Amino acid sequence: MRLTHWLTFVVLVGMILSGLQIYGAYARFGERDGPYYAPNPFQDHGFPTWSRLGGWLAGGLNWHFTLMWPLTLGGLLYLSYLAASGEWRSLLFRPRDIRGAIEMQKYYLRLRKDHPPQGKHNPLQKAAYTFIILLGVLSVLSGFAIYKPTQLSWLTALFGGFQAARYWHFWAVWIFTGFLVVHVLLVFIVDPASLRAMITGWYRGRFPSHD
Amino acid sequence: MIDRRALLRLAAGAGTASLVAACGWDGGNAVRPLLLDVSRFNDWVGEKIFFSKNRLAPEYPVAERTARLPSYFISPSLPMLENPSAWRLQVAGLVREPQALSLEQLHAMPPTSYTVKHHCVEGWSAIATWHGVPVSAIAERCGVLPQARYVRFDSFDSGYSNGWDLASAMHPQTILAYGMNDNPLPPTHGAPLRLYSPTKLGYKMTKYLVSLTFTAERPGGYWEDQGYPWFGGV
Repeated sequence: MRLTHWLTFVVLVGMILSGLQIYGAYARFGERDGPYYAPNPFQDHGFPTWSRLGGWLAGGLNWHFTLMWPLTLGGLLYLSYLAASGEWRSLLFRPRDIRGAIEMQKYYLRLRKDHPPQGKHNPLQKAAYTFIILLGVLSVLSGFAIYKPTQLSWLTALFGGFQAARYWHFWAVWIFTGFLVVHVLLVFIVDPASLRAMITGWYRGRFPSHD
Repeated sequence: MIDRRALLRLAAGAGTASLVAACGWDGGNAVRPLLLDVSRFNDWVGEKIFFSKNRLAPEYPVAERTARLPSYFISPSLPMLENPSAWRLQVAGLVREPQALSLEQLHAMPPTSYTVKHHCVEGWSAIATWHGVPVSAIAERCGVLPQARYVRFDSFDSGYSNGWDLASAMHPQTILAYGMNDNPLPPTHGAPLRLYSPTKLGYKMTKYLVSLTFTAERPGGYWEDQGYPWFGGV
């Protein structure tokens, strides 16, 4: 589990950096020379050298099409472990968590004094982790839609076409980046001991409900 | 202890990754061969798993054509024939009857037309109509020998060439195009004859064709030899 977490982290960073390299080859969306109606603050904007992996388009592609395998296989391994071990129960956000999520939000906004009871993760954490897994699935599927828009034309059509699939794939980068920043901030602010636990497997922090 | 080692490895990996990113690294001598090996594996996946000789690319209404399709060639100036009437398409290699086909002979063969989406490796796409004859009809005409596994396409654009797997070349939508958007193929798009297929990225479609050679060995290509994916299927 922890292994897939760190594998995903390293591979995802590589995917994002090589993806920014690829984006620079045609830094806009829509049919050639046509308009695109969805906003893109990065239109015609190449990313700085330090944020690109591959050196040139072919290098970026080769990194991207190599790292896509450990990313996809690691994701599948992680999801099958969650399903087989039953651990998905402590992670999956379900409709019945909505009420708990509202209570948790109240607590954080100081509208409620006591911490609501929870299992391993509170409902807001469940929502965040469920969302990020769905984002991972979306990234891989939109990636395949861009990789094989003719052979998988049904999948590409599902995303709204080739250019729309590129658009979704590109936005997933910024949501991942935002998640990463908040995720790391929360680790250090709320529970730094969990970082050691994620590395060594031993938790010696202040939240006894962790196992 | 194993976990601590894993951590150290991870830290080293992350350090390398940021260093790599800082240099715009294409893999270096240590990793580039590995990336190219995976690229060869992806060629295999592209041909054997994703590609199907029966699956056709979607066609579009003529009204959806893109206004302007960019023009690419590698020569310093637009490649043009000095004597267009002397041009012949040489069909050679592992065939029973080598051919030298004139444009008139190609026009006399049963034509194919379609309006499809073009996918460039850079990420842009554009819709255009193409007119020509299927490569499979040429193959039938010259009698391809069973040893042939690949086709090499050569041009008069400073030696630009491509190698294709036989299955992709024999796909019903792989054509030798002499027309574009209801007009003769313009010099900016490879006149007098170019390869076209909606199952490949743009750089796989050789323009300014001079010959088509059936081979047993995998031919390289202008961009492919520089590291671009060889199969280049979409």
